[in-house]
Amino acid sequence: MSATIALQHGSLERYETPSTREPQWIKVLLIGIALTFFTVFLLFPLVAVFVEAFRKGWGTYLAALSSHDALAAIRLTLLTAAIAVPLNLFFGISAAWAIAKFEFPGKRLLITLIDLPFSVSPVISGLIYVLLFGAQGWFGEWFAAHDIKILFAVPGIVLATIFVTFPFVARELIPLMEAQGSEEEEAAVVLGASGWQVFWHTTLPNIKWGLLYGVILCNARAMGEFGAVSVVSGHIRGMTNTMPLHVEILYNEYNYAAAFAVASLLALLAIVTLGLKTLVERQSHKQKTESLALENAS
Amino acid sequence: MSIAIRNISKHFGAFHALDDVSIDIPSGELVALLGPSGCGKTTLLRIIAGLEFADSGRILLEGDDASERHVRERNVGFVFQHYALFRHMTVFENVAFGLRVKPRKYRPNENEIRKRVSRLLELVQLGWLADRYPSQLSGGQRQRIALARALAVEPKVLLLDEPFGALDAKVRKELRRWLRQLHDEIHVTSVFVTHDQEEALEVSDSIVVMNKGRVEQIGSPDQVYDHPATPFVASFLGSVNLFHGRVEDGHLHVGEHALAVGAGHVATDQAVGFVRPHEFDLLPANAPGTGLPGKILRIIAIGPLAQVELARPNGELLEVAILRDTLSVLGLREGDEVSLRPRNIRVFQNNERLAA
Repeated sequence: MSATIALQHGSLERYETPSTREPQWIKVLLIGIALTFFTVFLLFPLVAVFVEAFRKGWGTYLAALSSHDALAAIRLTLLTAAIAVPLNLFFGISAAWAIAKFEFPGKRLLITLIDLPFSVSPVISGLIYVLLFGAQGWFGEWFAAHDIKILFAVPGIVLATIFVTFPFVARELIPLMEAQGSEEEEAAVVLGASGWQVFWHTTLPNIKWGLLYGVILCNARAMGEFGAVSVVSGHIRGMTNTMPLHVEILYNEYNYAAAFAVASLLALLAIVTLGLKTLVERQSHKQKTESLALENAS
Repeated sequence: MSIAIRNISKHFGAFHALDDVSIDIPSGELVALLGPSGCGKTTLLRIIAGLEFADSGRILLEGDDASERHVRERNVGFVFQHYALFRHMTVFENVAFGLRVKPRKYRPNENEIRKRVSRLLELVQLGWLADRYPSQLSGGQRQRIALARALAVEPKVLLLDEPFGALDAKVRKELRRWLRQLHDEIHVTSVFVTHDQEEALEVSDSIVVMNKGRVEQIGSPDQVYDHPATPFVASFLGSVNLFHGRVEDGHLHVGEHALAVGAGHVATDQAVGFVRPHEFDLLPANAPGTGLPGKILRIIAIGPLAQVELARPNGELLEVAILRDTLSVLGLREGDEVSLRPRNIRVFQNNERLAA
């Protein structure tokens, strides 16, 4: 993730120098390929979602979104994100803090493990919870005996979502905090600040843009996750269907207009996410240039 | 507040950063910890501050054992090598930080904070920068803001880590003089770390010379310069020329030449004589009396002193500094053979100074 940021920030402005400049036709060709690809594979499907959603007019569109099941799916998706994102914000900061500020055995292993949700298929992430909490699972009996439902219920969906979205905040913060070191924090402690004051007044302001970036990506994934949630949800209409699952059900029922209507909401979410992401990147870039200036001027 | 450092040792893995270090720093003094990089001076400073903890030994502040005390409770001011200013706060807020994070009971009110910060900014002569951010300041300005910020909490001890290390030569000299004046004004016990001997000699009341985690010598600038206790101190503070030989009958015998070093010296086969560049007289090769022969390779005559590079017959290089006027009176030029007459020789054997 941080590599992409570096790429976007570092090289856009000064890439073309006389020594690396290519002939005009190569430039035209490359830009042409990029634009064609972008149009066919990205822009076209996005437009198609909205066109299909509105094919039968506003009335159908609104009706599809305001049906009982759709509203339930939207509510569940929002609830899931509302639980998973703050928790991962907390876990992410804790993990990044531990890794960037302390030396302890198993640190490398922890860094690798944080990436686990990215490297396994989401379906497997879901299956892990079936294994743990399913009727035949390790803890299934105990939970059944105490009448706690995890699988095919909201807790399972939230757990699977937390698992899948865990790396976003931590991955964003670890390189950032490692790069900043702890001199400012030390300065704050010497001046008498308590642990909480140090975090609030020096650590947080320095990582806020990276943190926000991680949260935005985490939120987008939490709302859009399909695979892991699909395994643990049980697809009970109006009860355990999130928006992506609801889209699938509608689609399988040949209810295309309604499927695309709900899909258009998810697409809208993606566009808003991208917009916010760009804004945040601009801010954090500004901050980075300032701190670079701070280091270079001395 | 006085600082007493008692038998401090510290390891980082297999690396012996500090080895049984004991130093007494009287109240109100400005002391330099001087040594090459890796000698443990910064580690010692951080241990005094409480940013690092020693494996063994004690730190006494004003006679009280502070070894277990948290940084927050030691009442020290610390100026970091790269200043560590809070980059998202204005200069004013940086300086005010220490006051704002005080527990409510002790926290001054907004008016009082405003007054104290302005006074500190006046003290470091940067009141006009109050609304700027650290990224908008020059290195020297940042250094002074970092100092003001450290002084805001009225520390009993001021610790500075390579305070002038990141500045260019001209600013460094200015700030050095300014720091000395400031110290004479506020008289807070101060310890600063440096690897620059000139800086230590110019600014401090006393110098602690360190090497490989040990204290080599503690003394006033002229003591450590004129009476180095070890060969390391002699060669670290200013340049020095070495002569290997044996001591007998009050003379250091270098090859077939004998140089008088005083009758008190114990006879030994493995002595090293140290002579600073300005402690030589240069005479024409045929002048009467005993001296060491040498040939002038190069003369750099800039300013009042001329640096003369010479080679001894065995190829060893020597560095001599004499007044330019003297040089022109003698009429010496590059390529001339001369006789070197040391006015002052410090003789060491195995790290020990041979008593004079």
